[in-house]
Amino acid sequence: MAFAAFSTTTAPSTDPVARRRSPVALFLLLPGILYLVLFFLTPLVSLLLTSFQAPREFGDIGQYDYAFRWQNYVEVVTTYWPHIVRSFSYALAATFFALLISYPLAYFIGVKARRWPLLQSLMLVLVIAPFFISFLLRTLAWKQLFSDESFVVQSLKALSLLGPEAHVTGTAFSVIFGLTYNFIPFMTLPLYTTLERLDVRYLEAGNDLYASPFQVFRKVTIPLSMPGIVAGTLLTFIPAAGDYINASRDFLGGTGTQMMGNVIEANFLVLQNYPTAAALSIILMTVILVIVSIYVKRSGTEELL
Amino acid sequence: MKLSLGKWLLPVYSGLALLFLMIPIGYTFVYSFNDSLKSNITWRGFTFDKWLNVCNVQNGAVCQAFGNSLFIGAVATVIATTLGTMIAIAIVRYRFKFRSQTSLLLFLPMATPEVVLGAGLAAQFLSLGVPKDMLTIILAHTMFCISFVVVTVKARVASLDPALEEAGRDLYGSAWQVFARITFPLLLPGILAAALLSFALSFDDFIITNFNSGAVTTFPKYIYISAARGIPAEANVLASAVFILALVVVVTVQVSGAAKARRLVKLS
Repeated sequence: MAFAAFSTTTAPSTDPVARRRSPVALFLLLPGILYLVLFFLTPLVSLLLTSFQAPREFGDIGQYDYAFRWQNYVEVVTTYWPHIVRSFSYALAATFFALLISYPLAYFIGVKARRWPLLQSLMLVLVIAPFFISFLLRTLAWKQLFSDESFVVQSLKALSLLGPEAHVTGTAFSVIFGLTYNFIPFMTLPLYTTLERLDVRYLEAGNDLYASPFQVFRKVTIPLSMPGIVAGTLLTFIPAAGDYINASRDFLGGTGTQMMGNVIEANFLVLQNYPTAAALSIILMTVILVIVSIYVKRSGTEELL
Repeated sequence: MKLSLGKWLLPVYSGLALLFLMIPIGYTFVYSFNDSLKSNITWRGFTFDKWLNVCNVQNGAVCQAFGNSLFIGAVATVIATTLGTMIAIAIVRYRFKFRSQTSLLLFLPMATPEVVLGAGLAAQFLSLGVPKDMLTIILAHTMFCISFVVVTVKARVASLDPALEEAGRDLYGSAWQVFARITFPLLLPGILAAALLSFALSFDDFIITNFNSGAVTTFPKYIYISAARGIPAEANVLASAVFILALVVVVTVQVSGAAKARRLVKLS
């Protein structure tokens, strides 16, 4: 539902109100900011400290002491590098497919359906409809639809498109499929908000200047919808890279598809290996922040932040 | 021929894409009528039983979890909406130091993967020796909802004409009267939208909850735990009921909004 965050930042606002300095500002800001410092910022510091912890001598499972054991990071990377690579490649693939599927849909709703406001609003409702039903149940529905006994898989096997021993669930395909499906609304909504404001006269000007439809699309439509593309891809990539539902064995994944999120969950909640979970979380967060800042700078949409 | 094909390609594609989005929703809804035993995987015939006796299964474990989610969502929404609205007003209306740092602090929780937010809070509660229960879930949900409230309400505050408030002051309204009679009512649609968004975020959150819930079960957590051995059809019933309710609310709002837009077009 993060779309609200990104769709409103690009909204035109009225003239900046003459801002006053006043003690009222402090009163308004302080409780919320303090809350975020206590429950967002310090937990990150906590996580960083935990990631350097060393096991307590003669201690039980799950007992660690504060230390500066940087080797934790070396161990995590050497042990879990396949999970790290998998997380980012699955997230990248899902982002790509979600963009491919969402762009034409958002274009139709935002540009072609302008003449019919009712159709436009109903289509938008359908785009956000998946948010109204549990994310986990939706993913489980796909699992059942792709199970070995399901109609889909049986038909694919009957048509010999799938080998008799092949499975769909538990593969990289089904995890990327699930991620793509779950994040399509996050991609479509920001695309829609920029395309909805696209001035079609620019496209007509391109046509008048003898540009082919493809040239108009590449040189005019795409650059003008860049803020939506950036917001949509970030809204898909970030949560997809950290997701562990789709890749979980009980959902669409298997032993060979575990992502960083699965390792963090298992180490934190089951194995009580907190330093490993913390180090992996810090790596995930750092890589994402680096990717996001480079991406946002490159695409020239810094005002988005 | 070629022309008409090109003309229909995009609408047909869009229809199919929306249909694709609806597939798992339809599946969940249909299987809420399944006359299933423990797990709800194979179709065993149509029944209304699950809808009529939602809370009977497993001594009402599903309903208990569902109730927990409603309670957590409501409390987290009230706190996050209050704190977030205050911040939004301050950001649009006042000048203060550390402005860019404040924006960054508000943006970062939205750009951080949930698993990191969840593990971070859990690490903090662990090191402080705070037991994980309903309170820790509420604290966690409030945290990630605040930023979303701020961005939603901020847009509304920015579009508010300050002349209206000045008029109130000119007419000798006290600061409190101006806020209660003018500012707040005008901000209300934005605040309500933010509250709905935060309730939805909290209600469907699983990843952060899983790290900070201890023995407390929320609705998504119940589904996660049951996933391995099969989910009772009653879970489908509750999820479908929420879906229908949300859909009715949103369609009403959208249709009335579209009707208003049409009336405005006619007027101008």
